[in-house]
Amino acid sequence: MAAIRLHGTPYSTAVARVLTTLYEKELEFEFVEIDMKAGEHKKESFLSINPFGQIPGFEDGDLKLFESRAITKYIAQEYADKGTQFKCGDSKTAAIIGVWMEVEAHQFDPVASKLTWELALKPRYGLATDTAIVEENEAKLAKVLDVYESRLAQSKYLGCGCFTLADLHHLPCIHYLLGTQAKKLFDSRPHVSAWVDAITARPAWSKVLALQKQQG
Amino acid sequence: MATPVKVHGPPMSTAVSRVLACLLEKNVDFQLISVNMAKGEHKKPEFLKIQPFGQVPAFEDGGVSLFESRAICRYICEKYADKGNKGLYGTNPLAKASIEQWLEAEGQSFSPPSSVLVFQLAFAPRMKIKQDQVVIKQNEEKLSRVLDIYDKRLGETRFLAGDEFTLADLSHLPNTQYLVGVSGRGELFTSRKNVGRWWNEISSRDSWKKVVDMQKKSA
Repeated sequence: MAAIRLHGTPYSTAVARVLTTLYEKELEFEFVEIDMKAGEHKKESFLSINPFGQIPGFEDGDLKLFESRAITKYIAQEYADKGTQFKCGDSKTAAIIGVWMEVEAHQFDPVASKLTWELALKPRYGLATDTAIVEENEAKLAKVLDVYESRLAQSKYLGCGCFTLADLHHLPCIHYLLGTQAKKLFDSRPHVSAWVDAITARPAWSKVLALQKQQG
Repeated sequence: MATPVKVHGPPMSTAVSRVLACLLEKNVDFQLISVNMAKGEHKKPEFLKIQPFGQVPAFEDGGVSLFESRAICRYICEKYADKGNKGLYGTNPLAKASIEQWLEAEGQSFSPPSSVLVFQLAFAPRMKIKQDQVVIKQNEEKLSRVLDIYDKRLGETRFLAGDEFTLADLSHLPNTQYLVGVSGRGELFTSRKNVGRWWNEISSRDSWKKVVDMQKKSA
């Protein structure tokens, strides 16, 4: 039995964030499917891994973790010598990578998640899109992507010259948004567009998409 | 000699005060540089060079220029690992993983509803902006559910990540100070036995008392 176990569903953006990291690091793991419809994520056995009753839940031997961005950091640290290195340069660069990881978490994700829900997920569940929310959040995302455009004109990836968790954390929401009208916000900004092309072309991300298709 | 560490922004900003608390815990000298937000200084080109989203804080340490308060705190803890509170960001990988988990919980589950409440209850009245009672009620409910989970956790451990005060606890100080101190919604915290005990402990730390003092002096 693999020491690493990831609990969740592959089409959850937070779970996909961890899956991508595991593939990038070329690690063996067991994927434990959680039946969300049956409320399995609110049951005691899952709450002992994530008391917030949200996916993903993560185990590595006796260690239990929740919050996808804490899990990816743990994986990157614990398995530093395996697979993709996620760093280039010294501690000063590491600090700047840290800044852009927070930018994803607090500037990009709150807005991108709302748009993902309205434009990509609600239609799948037969729910009506709220056009006022879409308009408001497209305007917010445009402002965030303007900052990204300036940044990516100076730096090949967000944190530094190579692909790191700061870029990876964006993949799940970006993937959903590329399938919606919000795609234009990425396409119309040349440096952002090139960056999106580069990060979505990574083999590890393709493996996540394959898993999503399999269990979807 | 001018200290290389500079924090740009007013102490009353929750994000700025998060960084100040961390610097004080780590005994790192710093210079606080005021940013006149009422005059829109944070949206001007000079400031946008160091914080492209036009928000406070911005942070400099010699040649390093950073933003996002939680990234700044992590940097301070890594760079000044041997100063002040050495366990603030963990002294081994497992401790760090637990701290990161609860720091993310703060950022993703605690901060969104508590930040809305801080704005509605503490800042809107000062800015003569009308409070939105529907939004207040929704976010009180969200925060209550989060605090129920915290209460259970804090019945098992003294602090969030374990039995020592860490960055994960520190990160909660700014918003909670406003909610308990100013907004009259303190019972959200004090009515929950373990959360109440935890709040008393973390808010009594010398470093936090100094921050609150700085906030009062700059008001």
